[in-house]
Amino acid sequence: MKLDLHTLGPLVALVALVILGAALNSAFLAPANITNVLARSAFIGLIAVGMTFVITAGGLDLSVGSMAAFLAGIAIIAMNAALPTTGLNWGTILVGMGVAVLGGIAAGYLNGALVTKARIEPFIVTLGTMGIFRSLVTWLADGGTLSLDYGLRTLYRPVYYSGIGWITWPIIVFAIVAILGEWTMRHSRFGRHVEAIGSNDRVARYSAIDVNRMRLLTYVLLGVLVGLAVVLYVPRLGSASGSTGVLWELEAIAAVIIGGTALKGGRGRVWGTVVGVLILSLIDNILNLADLVSPYLNGAIQGVIIVLAVVLQREKRTAEER
Amino acid sequence: MKRRSLMKAAALMAAMGIAAPAVAQEAEKKIIGVSIPSATHGFMGGLNWHAQDTIKRLGAAYPNLEFVLSTAGDPAKQVNDIEDMMATRNIDALVVLPFESEPLTAPVKAVKDAGKFVTVVDRGLSQEGIEDLYVAGDNTAFGRVAGEYFKENLEPGAKVVVLRGIPTTLDNERVDAFRAALEGSEVEILDMQHGNWNRDDAFAVMQDYLAKYPQIDAVWAADDDMAIGVLEAISAANRQDEMWVIGGAGMKEIVKRIMDGDKQLPVNVTYPPALISSAIEMTALNFVSNAPMTGRFIISSQLITPENAEQFYYPDSPF
Repeated sequence: MKLDLHTLGPLVALVALVILGAALNSAFLAPANITNVLARSAFIGLIAVGMTFVITAGGLDLSVGSMAAFLAGIAIIAMNAALPTTGLNWGTILVGMGVAVLGGIAAGYLNGALVTKARIEPFIVTLGTMGIFRSLVTWLADGGTLSLDYGLRTLYRPVYYSGIGWITWPIIVFAIVAILGEWTMRHSRFGRHVEAIGSNDRVARYSAIDVNRMRLLTYVLLGVLVGLAVVLYVPRLGSASGSTGVLWELEAIAAVIIGGTALKGGRGRVWGTVVGVLILSLIDNILNLADLVSPYLNGAIQGVIIVLAVVLQREKRTAEER
Repeated sequence: MKRRSLMKAAALMAAMGIAAPAVAQEAEKKIIGVSIPSATHGFMGGLNWHAQDTIKRLGAAYPNLEFVLSTAGDPAKQVNDIEDMMATRNIDALVVLPFESEPLTAPVKAVKDAGKFVTVVDRGLSQEGIEDLYVAGDNTAFGRVAGEYFKENLEPGAKVVVLRGIPTTLDNERVDAFRAALEGSEVEILDMQHGNWNRDDAFAVMQDYLAKYPQIDAVWAADDDMAIGVLEAISAANRQDEMWVIGGAGMKEIVKRIMDGDKQLPVNVTYPPALISSAIEMTALNFVSNAPMTGRFIISSQLITPENAEQFYYPDSPF
């Protein structure tokens, strides 16, 4: 029972936010608003699920926001370039999707290889690639914005905006990835190895776990999920620029930590991450809907809630350890 | 971005050296340093493009002028750039668009104290009287022109939502002027939230406005990047016929839609990124002509309508 209380901390915070939102504005629980919030959460959500694995294995990735912008840029360029030969059809869009996901694998592999093979601190590696990806997309866009061809956009648009009833595709994809992620972390050998490496990589190595390979895989997995997020992001506005995905990395990391995954690694909780992502998007949504404070203070409110969510968990944890 | 610009500048200098050896002998060589923020969003991207374009053109026109362009991602980097220009390139003039007023005031003053010609663009320094030439857009007019359009074209009782930029004095000036222009009319401002001149942020804010307010007659997006996000949110909610949107700055895609008579985008207000070109040109003229080039030059914000849109349309610019 005690264990339940502490793991349920983020969930309690989420429920409290939902009640607060509903009390402040009746539009909050309307299906349209719920769809908006969930669909918006999907980008950070997919990335944060991947980030949970990286952090659990004792790593960190600061490059994901820039990587998303870069992948969106090359996907748009690829689709525009393929359009004259492949024509205005789903084939062209599949090319773009393929570029985004394969690019994600390559970018994740690059980060992972630099961490595991070149043995550089993940913080430094991904700080470096963060700057590289961000500059590359600005360079590709010549300082402006890369826009998808109008016809392709119209065709591609439903991937973000439609779905099954009011449950749009981003929500469906996010839900599937979250469930698969939770299962992988809890029940697969990969998940157990990741947790073992994060809690003590030397012991993990003695237990015949291929530590470097597992670490590398967590970065590749994150890269794939960034690619998937881009596949869903591009149809929303049909454009990418140097300001795409700014600070997504911090939102993803914050969501992971709010959800109860330890920043030092060793204990991952994918469902907690999902709750963390929802908490972050709900704060934004409620602040916009409610006029509670001056918009200048929105950032402060978010900061307070993030710190509070983590403080509550810490206190329960120390109580438990005693 | 920076390395590319430098490479371009280097190529340019090489080209100049070959192209005009004879003329260059006549006049003394003058070096003009240009320091601007890097292309982090649409408007700055346009500004970077216009800066490079102007430098290329002036370099060809006046062989005795040499330009050094640097772009900075934050105020500290910009201070370093300016110090480097003074120390290693011995510039004769500085054209600077300060990232922020406070941190750049002392370094720019040092350039002035060394006897150089200083042109400050768009964002004033926090101490008056440092610059020889001040070139800027008119933020008050930017808000006022938009506000007047809202006042004239909305029925009494109409409801308006506003998206603000990144919290800065520049944004405050615009919003205050917009409010002042609406004063005395029956138009109600429902809400003002920050969209940070960013498409994604504006999209999210607009979705929330649409969820919150059953009646919205017009949106002041105050920036064309934000207008794109706003339009997308409106069409996702299928409320295109209920409201129109006014952006700002004159992005080419938006100007094109005004030219085509789009009902959702009736007009736009200019805040031209090409103001950097005016600043560089005037600084160059200070060295190659006798025309007096000191003082303040304020570029007014104009209303782009379907009738005059063509003259504001730059298809080659990235913005």
